[in-house]
Amino acid sequence: MRFNTAPAPHLAPTASTRRIMQWVLVAMAPGIAAQLWQFGPGVLINLALAIATALLTESAMLRLRAQPSRAGLSDWSAVLTAALLAVSLPPIAPWWISVFGALFAIVIGKQLYGGLGYNPFNPAMVGYAVLLISFPKPMTAWLPPTDLAATPLGLLDAWSAIAHRAGPAGSSFDALAMATPLDTLKTQLGLGRTMDEVQSGPLFGALAGKGWQWVNLGYLAGGLWLLRRGLIAWQIPAGFLAALGGLSLGFYLLEPQTYPTPLFHLFAGATMLGAFFIATDPVTASTTPKGRLIYGALIGGLVFVIRSWGGYPDGVAFAVLLLNLAAPTIDHYTRPRVYGHPG
Amino acid sequence: MMFTLHRFHGGLHLDAHKEDSSLAPLATAPVPPRLIFPLQQRGGQNAEAVVQVGDHVRKGQVIARGDGPMNPPIHASSSGIVSAIEPRPLPHPSGLADLAIVIDTDGEDLAPAPEERRDYRQLAPDELRRIIFEAGIVGLGGAAFSTAVKTDPGHRAIDTLILNGAECEPYITCDDSLLRNFPQEVLEGARILMRVVGVERCLLGIEDDMPEAIRALREVQQTGHYAGIDIITVPAIYPSGGEKQLIRILTGREVPTRGIPADAGVICQNVGTAAAVFRAVARGEPLIERIVTVTGKGIKHPGNWLTRIGTPIADLVRYSGGYTGTAERLILGGPMMGISLPSDALPLVKAANCVLVTGRSETTGPKQALPCIRCGACADACPINLLPQQLYWYSRADNLQRAEEYHLADCIECGCCDYVCPSHIPLVQYFRAAKSELVAKQRERFKADHARERFEARQARKEREKQERAEAAQRKKAALAKPDASEIQDAIARAKARKRPPESAPTADAAPDESPPAREPAEN
Repeated sequence: MRFNTAPAPHLAPTASTRRIMQWVLVAMAPGIAAQLWQFGPGVLINLALAIATALLTESAMLRLRAQPSRAGLSDWSAVLTAALLAVSLPPIAPWWISVFGALFAIVIGKQLYGGLGYNPFNPAMVGYAVLLISFPKPMTAWLPPTDLAATPLGLLDAWSAIAHRAGPAGSSFDALAMATPLDTLKTQLGLGRTMDEVQSGPLFGALAGKGWQWVNLGYLAGGLWLLRRGLIAWQIPAGFLAALGGLSLGFYLLEPQTYPTPLFHLFAGATMLGAFFIATDPVTASTTPKGRLIYGALIGGLVFVIRSWGGYPDGVAFAVLLLNLAAPTIDHYTRPRVYGHPG
Repeated sequence: MMFTLHRFHGGLHLDAHKEDSSLAPLATAPVPPRLIFPLQQRGGQNAEAVVQVGDHVRKGQVIARGDGPMNPPIHASSSGIVSAIEPRPLPHPSGLADLAIVIDTDGEDLAPAPEERRDYRQLAPDELRRIIFEAGIVGLGGAAFSTAVKTDPGHRAIDTLILNGAECEPYITCDDSLLRNFPQEVLEGARILMRVVGVERCLLGIEDDMPEAIRALREVQQTGHYAGIDIITVPAIYPSGGEKQLIRILTGREVPTRGIPADAGVICQNVGTAAAVFRAVARGEPLIERIVTVTGKGIKHPGNWLTRIGTPIADLVRYSGGYTGTAERLILGGPMMGISLPSDALPLVKAANCVLVTGRSETTGPKQALPCIRCGACADACPINLLPQQLYWYSRADNLQRAEEYHLADCIECGCCDYVCPSHIPLVQYFRAAKSELVAKQRERFKADHARERFEARQARKEREKQERAEAAQRKKAALAKPDASEIQDAIARAKARKRPPESAPTADAAPDESPPAREPAEN
């Protein structure tokens, strides 16, 4: 009898890139749900706009590059990039923010480098950084969390805010928006207030900012699930959170009136999203076990530096992008000892 | 007794599928109508036929001999007529043909009168090694390396013999079956091997998912003749049956890169090899049969067969009830490292441990490889602690120097990285190709260096000869011209000065000092 030959191993593979991307998207669900609950349905509109733009852009780029577009689209990486960008955007950011961000992320951040696997920078963060630098005002205008909002926005209200920059029932759009707790902290401390005064404001909750603490808990839950399933390496989030927590604890103990508590840092802004979903992007992160720990720790450290002394309220996107630059070097110097070689 | 096991990096927990074949009792395969013996039993080395077409051969008779200790003889595994010595396809994915001896069996299974039983304790290690060699014994774990050579510690100090019963590849149960049915032969073989190698300690490593084999071994061990032999269960993690991994698990030592187990003070033998050694030494039986697992969803009745070497795969499949309707891929060996064969007309060689015929559901279809996303799953799985994602990058970019720096040569091609890769990249294929390119480059470099050295040595010699001729001519001229006394004195002084360092004066065919010394041929 004749048989077709094939190279070993002969077992059917158990993992696939597409499945990994899909699981990461699933793991984002608790965080997205918390955002939906705390900041209204704007996040869903952002997601829809960004994902649609990313898929169209990816498809067009693959065609331009004469690559098989079905295989390229079916890996779900464009969807994940768009989702990571969309959940980082203010829930009432004008529609062109999501569209432009996703477009830029896919074209410049990913496809111009050669597509999936070849991009040196996290595409979602490339998109985010460009938006933050180019359009600082709409990028920092967040909604107040649900229990502070006078009138919570429905889906239609959110849509009219995003599409035409109009508030509900003719109210002014600008009245909707509000600074984030990290932003407020930075401005108020800059005005010479003490930490106690700042944190007694309505925006601040038990752990960190109201609303934001729930969102961070959501992404933490999803991240822990990813860890459990072995879809991300523990070293990056562990390094990230340990460095951010450690640094903020040190400074808080030294000057509690100038620096917020470590809990505030860990549950504010994009901390958990960054630690479990953004810094862990395999393509652009360090890949050796020791390297991942260093890589994560340096991002966590940089987030603290940017938040404390930098020009931006949060710092996850810039910290990740800057460490993307260093990942190959970190990998080079953290190669594990190979069997049979001296230590 | 407490025994500390050591861990190796990575590895995989794979579905074992062992019960498919291990539930059926061991059966003896009938003598097939035709036996085929490729003269190339191990990559690259050919034995030479010592029989001719038309000869009648008996079971156990030598039919082919090699050219050195690496190449033990091949024996007929039943009696019959040599019907052909001609190129036949080899059990290799390429299906390439090479010379093979074909014997049409006569069904008599005639064997010469059995040799007298020998007490191995009366025999010196060298004599035992000679018997092992003459019995045609090679490593039965898969590599088929000459056992006589491998059991010779040479100048290296060996303190431990390791018997490998850690059958880590899924589906394969031939060692399990051997240990369950012939535990005494294995342990007796271990004693002989301990004597051959000259050690007091033997560690028999066996995976913890083979409880019956462990029980059988322990029962025999109870009889008390087996001092110094420890039976140690190791966790069933692929590839704990790999030589380097098992040595690490049992001793904590590592085989140095480019070294052999003996460099770590260890000699490692498969349990099947130990049983074959026992039969050869104690009963005078050459290696003409072994246990082969026939299994997979493509086989009607999976099981283990005591099979004659040279039996065509098709016959063994027939004894196992034939193929099922879903038979898709024919694999010689296990699913992780086995080779996929184009035809079942191929014979079983000494190293053949398993015939695996996968059903459609078990095997991968043609996989579409996606770009590497550097997830690092491969690095987590690598038992050697390599960084396959980097090696892949450098192999693809033809950056062999970088691949070498990242220790490509240490890859054992176990397939762990390949199996876990979510992008379905055929990593092992890339590494195998890059490795052979690397070896070719090194060989070329060595040849070029060698040629250059020879050329330089020749140039230097010619130069020296020219100079010597000129000097001789000058001396002759000086002698012919009637010189006065002072000139003669000068000439003598000059000649003396020239001859002064006689130790460093090069002989005619040695290289002069300034050229690099001719290099010894490399060991490998």
